[in-house]
Amino acid sequence: MAFNTIAGAARALRDGRVTSVGLAEQVLERTSMVEAQLHAYLTLDTDGLMAAAARADEDLAAGKDLGPLHGIPIAVKDNMTTRGMETTAGSRILSGYVPPYDATAVERLRDAGALIAGKTNLDEFAMGSSTENSAFGPTRNPWNTDRVPGGSSGGSAAAVAAGMALGGLGSDTGGSIRQPASLCGVVGAKPTYGAVSRYGLIAFASSLDQIGPIAHRVEDAALLLDAIGGHDPLDSTSYPGEIEPSGARLDGGLDGIRVGVARRLGGADAVEPDVEAAFDRTLAAMERAGAVTLDVDLTSTEQGLSAYYLIAPAECSANLARFDGVRYGLRVDGATTEQMMSRSRADGFGPEVTRRVLLGTFALSAGYHEAFYGQAQKVRTLIREDFARAYRQCDVLVSPTSATTAFPLGDRTEDPLSMYVSDVFTIPSNLAGHPAISVPIGLDRHDLPIGFQVMAPALEEAVMFQVAAGVESLAGFDTTVPFDPACGLRGGVR
Amino acid sequence: MAIEIDISHVARLARLELSERQLDTYGRQCRELLEHVARIQAVDTEGVEPTSHPFPMTNRFREDRVTPETVLGHEEVLAQAPDTEGPFFRVPPAIEED
Repeated sequence: MAFNTIAGAARALRDGRVTSVGLAEQVLERTSMVEAQLHAYLTLDTDGLMAAAARADEDLAAGKDLGPLHGIPIAVKDNMTTRGMETTAGSRILSGYVPPYDATAVERLRDAGALIAGKTNLDEFAMGSSTENSAFGPTRNPWNTDRVPGGSSGGSAAAVAAGMALGGLGSDTGGSIRQPASLCGVVGAKPTYGAVSRYGLIAFASSLDQIGPIAHRVEDAALLLDAIGGHDPLDSTSYPGEIEPSGARLDGGLDGIRVGVARRLGGADAVEPDVEAAFDRTLAAMERAGAVTLDVDLTSTEQGLSAYYLIAPAECSANLARFDGVRYGLRVDGATTEQMMSRSRADGFGPEVTRRVLLGTFALSAGYHEAFYGQAQKVRTLIREDFARAYRQCDVLVSPTSATTAFPLGDRTEDPLSMYVSDVFTIPSNLAGHPAISVPIGLDRHDLPIGFQVMAPALEEAVMFQVAAGVESLAGFDTTVPFDPACGLRGGVR
Repeated sequence: MAIEIDISHVARLARLELSERQLDTYGRQCRELLEHVARIQAVDTEGVEPTSHPFPMTNRFREDRVTPETVLGHEEVLAQAPDTEGPFFRVPPAIEED
């Protein structure tokens, strides 16, 4: 039998119903059948995975049990450094780069006994919402290969959904874990800012970036988050205090939970009717399970998209200054150092990254700094205050994760703004620094998955996962991707 | 609001050597995006403090000591460089000759 949940595989490993080598073989066999259609991995470490799986089995047999991730194959987004394994961030400028160190999140996965199956595709430097901005070609959605998987963590979401790993890591700057999880029908969580170390995460926008888990089940996502989270002296923005384990209250249910309904979060309009209907059905079921719903006013989040598209490019233009053809990565020759740098960067960065570097450089330049970046930071304060007011009345906020289900490849690539609007529901949590999770709740009329977002106050992951587990159980959604070994994954209009 | 961008100047600041055609395209796209996000300027932020980080952050000091577990040797540091000479990164001339 095939295992697609971490908790289920962990139990089977200890019952002797499967071995870690068996899990690795299962993942590699599925990958060999669907990867040509999906392109979820940039690097698949077949030999490393099999060797690590054999060691995991020996350890377990010898009584050395590292916990629920022991011997479980995990996929890691290719913007986290992996010692000795190529790490490109989906960019030509880092093609061939082999980091000399592990990101803290990766190191903690290894310490917890997890096996790194490989590195997954992403929009270049995590900038995008469809994984079409990868320098190495797009990833496709396992539910329908004519559709995008979302992004920027589209490779991890597609790999997990299609059974090419039992769990994955993504990073989320404006929705890059939650939106692809929603579009691929899996669970994806962005933790509180600072809950997971960013050491070794190739920086995009430092005040917004956060690493988080992608998995089939809420419980699995909590297991992953609790393994990678916690203070790290190597990241000065990592939260130094204790946080209640994410999985501490998974069986808590929904009775008495106060749920703020943020139907128009971020000024969202044009929510697809099937998405809206599934959202309403879930809300009604939550009420029947004892939750109390109320409407909340988050008017200032209507400016979230604008604030985000000033703050994120500004921080990106500063962070990406390090790619200069001197210490690592692509170099294009020039007569002077400056010419060499300017040519290396122009050749190495794709169009979306170039656009954001230019936008950010302008927004920070003399004479415009206060009107754009400064104003965006003040609006960020107003958004945080709106959230704080809402959380005086309720325990969690809920909204759709994405206004639409997976869209066709090429649909939004010509008009940058149409792509940016994809993240209208997810951006406010990044600006506020709060945790948020997407849970799959059903399919639309085209058999494409629909996601439900649960948001919570900073450091309240345990409550968020409790509500998410409640929603998951009410929805009863089967995350298994339709797959016919003879014909592969489905594509085209059905 | 109409926004004027000297896109070649911005590209120079960002160290991006772009063709005239690329400058035209990126200049137009950046202008359109800025005109869209400029609506943020209508928000009344009188007396509002800016947020630079989601949490109040103060500088955290740590002991100044060598951490062998995070410090790389010369060989590892230079291993990924496009051009080196001895223990150094090598680049084209930084100062133009007269």
